[in-house]
Amino acid sequence: MLQSLLSGDMPRSRILAVILVAILVCLALAPFLFPGVRTVDTAARICVFILLVASYDLLLGYGGIVSFAHTMFFGIGAYGVALALTHMGRGFGPIFVGAGAGAVMAAALALLIGLFSLRVRAIFFAMITLAVASAVAVLVSQMSGLTGGEDGLTFKLPRALGPAFKFGKEALGGELFGVTLNGKLLAYYFVFAGALVLFLMLLRVVNSPFGRVLLAIRENDFRAEAIGYRVVYYRVAATCLSAAVAALAGSLYAVWLRYVGPETTLSMELMIDILLMVVIGGMGTMYGAVIGATLFVLAQNYLQTLMGAASGLVEGVPVLPQLLSADRWLLWLGVLFILSVYFFPTGVVGRLRGGK
Amino acid sequence: MSDPILRLEGVCTNIAQYHILQGVELEVPRGQVTMLLGRNGVGKTTTLRTVIGHWRAHKGRVMFDGEDITAKPTPAIARSGVGFVPEDMGIFSDLTVEENMVLAAASGPIDSARLDWVFSAFPPLKTFWSSEAGNLSGGQKQMLSIARAMIEERKLYLIDEPTKGLAPAIVSTMARALKELKAQGASILLVEQNFAVARALGDTANVMDDGRVIWSGAMAKLAGDAELQERLMGLSLEAH
Amino acid sequence: MTAAPKHAPKMAELSLAQRLGPWMPVLLVPALVVLGALAIPETSSWLTLTVSGLAMGMMIFIMASGLTLVFGLMDVINFGHGAFVSVGAFVGVTVLLMLGQMTGAPSLGLNLVALMLAVLGAMAATGAMGWAFEKVIVMPVYGHHLKQILVTMGGLIVVEQLIIVLWGPEEIYIARPESLKGAITFAGAALEKYRLVAVVVGLVVFAAMRFVLRRTRIGLIVRAGVQNGEMVQALGYRLRRVFVGVFIAGSALAGLGGVMWGLYQEVITAHMGNQAMILIFIVVIIGGLGSVEGCFIGALLVGLLQNYVAFLEPKAALISNIALMVAILMWRPMGMIPVVKAK
Repeated sequence: MLQSLLSGDMPRSRILAVILVAILVCLALAPFLFPGVRTVDTAARICVFILLVASYDLLLGYGGIVSFAHTMFFGIGAYGVALALTHMGRGFGPIFVGAGAGAVMAAALALLIGLFSLRVRAIFFAMITLAVASAVAVLVSQMSGLTGGEDGLTFKLPRALGPAFKFGKEALGGELFGVTLNGKLLAYYFVFAGALVLFLMLLRVVNSPFGRVLLAIRENDFRAEAIGYRVVYYRVAATCLSAAVAALAGSLYAVWLRYVGPETTLSMELMIDILLMVVIGGMGTMYGAVIGATLFVLAQNYLQTLMGAASGLVEGVPVLPQLLSADRWLLWLGVLFILSVYFFPTGVVGRLRGGK
Repeated sequence: MSDPILRLEGVCTNIAQYHILQGVELEVPRGQVTMLLGRNGVGKTTTLRTVIGHWRAHKGRVMFDGEDITAKPTPAIARSGVGFVPEDMGIFSDLTVEENMVLAAASGPIDSARLDWVFSAFPPLKTFWSSEAGNLSGGQKQMLSIARAMIEERKLYLIDEPTKGLAPAIVSTMARALKELKAQGASILLVEQNFAVARALGDTANVMDDGRVIWSGAMAKLAGDAELQERLMGLSLEAH
Repeated sequence: MTAAPKHAPKMAELSLAQRLGPWMPVLLVPALVVLGALAIPETSSWLTLTVSGLAMGMMIFIMASGLTLVFGLMDVINFGHGAFVSVGAFVGVTVLLMLGQMTGAPSLGLNLVALMLAVLGAMAATGAMGWAFEKVIVMPVYGHHLKQILVTMGGLIVVEQLIIVLWGPEEIYIARPESLKGAITFAGAALEKYRLVAVVVGLVVFAAMRFVLRRTRIGLIVRAGVQNGEMVQALGYRLRRVFVGVFIAGSALAGLGGVMWGLYQEVITAHMGNQAMILIFIVVIIGGLGSVEGCFIGALLVGLLQNYVAFLEPKAALISNIALMVAILMWRPMGMIPVVKAK
């Protein structure tokens, strides 16, 4: 049962298994274990980012392709849901239409970019995605009539996912373990379930023959081509799949936030965050995405506070307070990132599995 | 007998996970043409590339002119007096013939007497002196590749299949040039599949199989013994 | 052996198309200028736009040239190249601000001296930074593209953040030196002085690069190394040293480009290098990775097109560059002047 659910890809490390189970339990029961607006929000973001990072890992870790357009695909999914809900009215129909359209469009765009660049050299892909993603980000903020520009779009979810919707009044008195049963709770489980199902699907993909061919290509594309695999075909397919899942992650994010904007879905900073999560968690292992995203989102929320405190401690010393200021946490992440690529290329998961 | 200019002692070279050379023992005496023979894929090219340092021996020693060059970087090996003509010729095709030759004369301006000698051996190079090397024909490219090695006096020339895929007329031009180089007293390690050329030029012969030198001796002895050829290389070269 | 026919040396025959092929990209620039003249009715606006397009192109070329050579020579792709642009701009602008009296004086001589000092300061700083960057960031990941992209991107983040630590998070506004302000009128068109200067500087840099690459031994080594680095080493040249030299020179040029770009926009931010990278990548890709000439032509095309389109349909400006890239890659998948690798 578990074997087939995980597609035979077991954690292969006791500590890793314990951590993964702990994360799963915490996320599954987050609204009950940590009731509080901020903590539940953190949990939902972790869910979304696990999926987003896992879809990126399909490309980077399994395909050996660096893309800078992943936030673009993420944004397409988010804007898809936002636009559908804005123009088609609130309801579950528009959510699925928007998410579906976003995923299809992301895959189509990925197909185009992939056919153009992967045909020639894999590094073209990194450069072209960077250029295209920046152009799209600028375009989105320019087309304010459609996208709301820099301000983004705020929209209404179906009533069932809003905080005003209460249920279970008769059976449970409207509460379970002291937590109010409302639409916000349902929205969380909508995000959680969506992320979990899609994650398990990705796990299945990477453990399928398709995933193994991708790994073979990453190890030695010449040999894979010589054996008879159409390298371009596999790489483009991975790109499209990864883009579609990223778009779906974006849709989930939009549902959770009830808002989309360029800063939250399209920015370069977000792209760098994704890179950091993949590398720190461990490239080429779907579980790395779980660890990386969880660590990162927690750090983002709580490390900045810590750095602010540290900065206050060294007040008076030249430069040091600026270096430790909470706004400079990206500096330290950058350093951490370089060090992990050098010394820790298999990430946390690789280490736990006894590091190759 | 003086010590050899080049000596390989138990050289093993791996490329990725493949063990290409498995203990090569080889000597190149001074002032002689030493042939390296054998079927395709037995490690002849890898042997030359290991000497020049493109690939590293992970076991054994490469001694050049009394010095251990096993771990020396390629440029240092080249500067200590090794001229290299790779199998793919290594022509800089966007550069002119002249620029190719100027680069090859690494220690300074081209010596004009030596250039005249190179021109006399390979007249087309003079004709196309200012043309892009990429526009030369295959034979002319091979001439340029050897000319680059010849333009300065080297202690040792490593030449990998100089007649591969060339028309008979150009093969004889090539053979004549190598003979002239030999007449100057140069030491040459030559990989050659064309047995007529090998017999005409070679003083000693080394036959490789499966990453090892399995036979060494006088070229004349190998050339005169069809049965030996059959046994060493799996085919009688006399038939060619 | 039978008597062989006498060998008569002959160049391989080239068809007209093959002979014209290499020149096609060069012809694209005048073609685009003519196209611009057809699309823009007023000659004066067309002239103004052409000059600013050329100026922009020259600056992009200066920033991008180092990147393309570094790739050609060692197959190293440096996503952190934009960091040198930013650092160059900040160092240069800091020098200019310190020399406020010289830049504010209405004397061309004093202004130029101040500008020279700023440029020298910027190039020295970015050159030194390039040396360190190569040693610390790039060298450990030779031959590994994936890690190169990740690590150099990490380097870019760190440098950007350090700029903020040293200079603060605010953007810095900078006025051009007094005598480079304003415009001259030519044939009814207003031509900004600074853009004319940028065009001249770009031409000088391009000419100097071509001279070094064509006429000096070090240039020969670089050109040969781009095609077949292994053979260059087998001829006795220490390619590694040449590469470090090229990396430093390319970084210094990016610094120069950064100062010029900063003065062009009259405002600098820590992220400006990262933003410039978008155009730089487009230029390097359409030019053909490793080709300086291709980079030059590509930069001019991007500069001109962006200016023409911005005038005709402002919102399409950035998309126009992507469209240009797509069009050129459809025509030549390896870029306009593909570099032939021996391997």
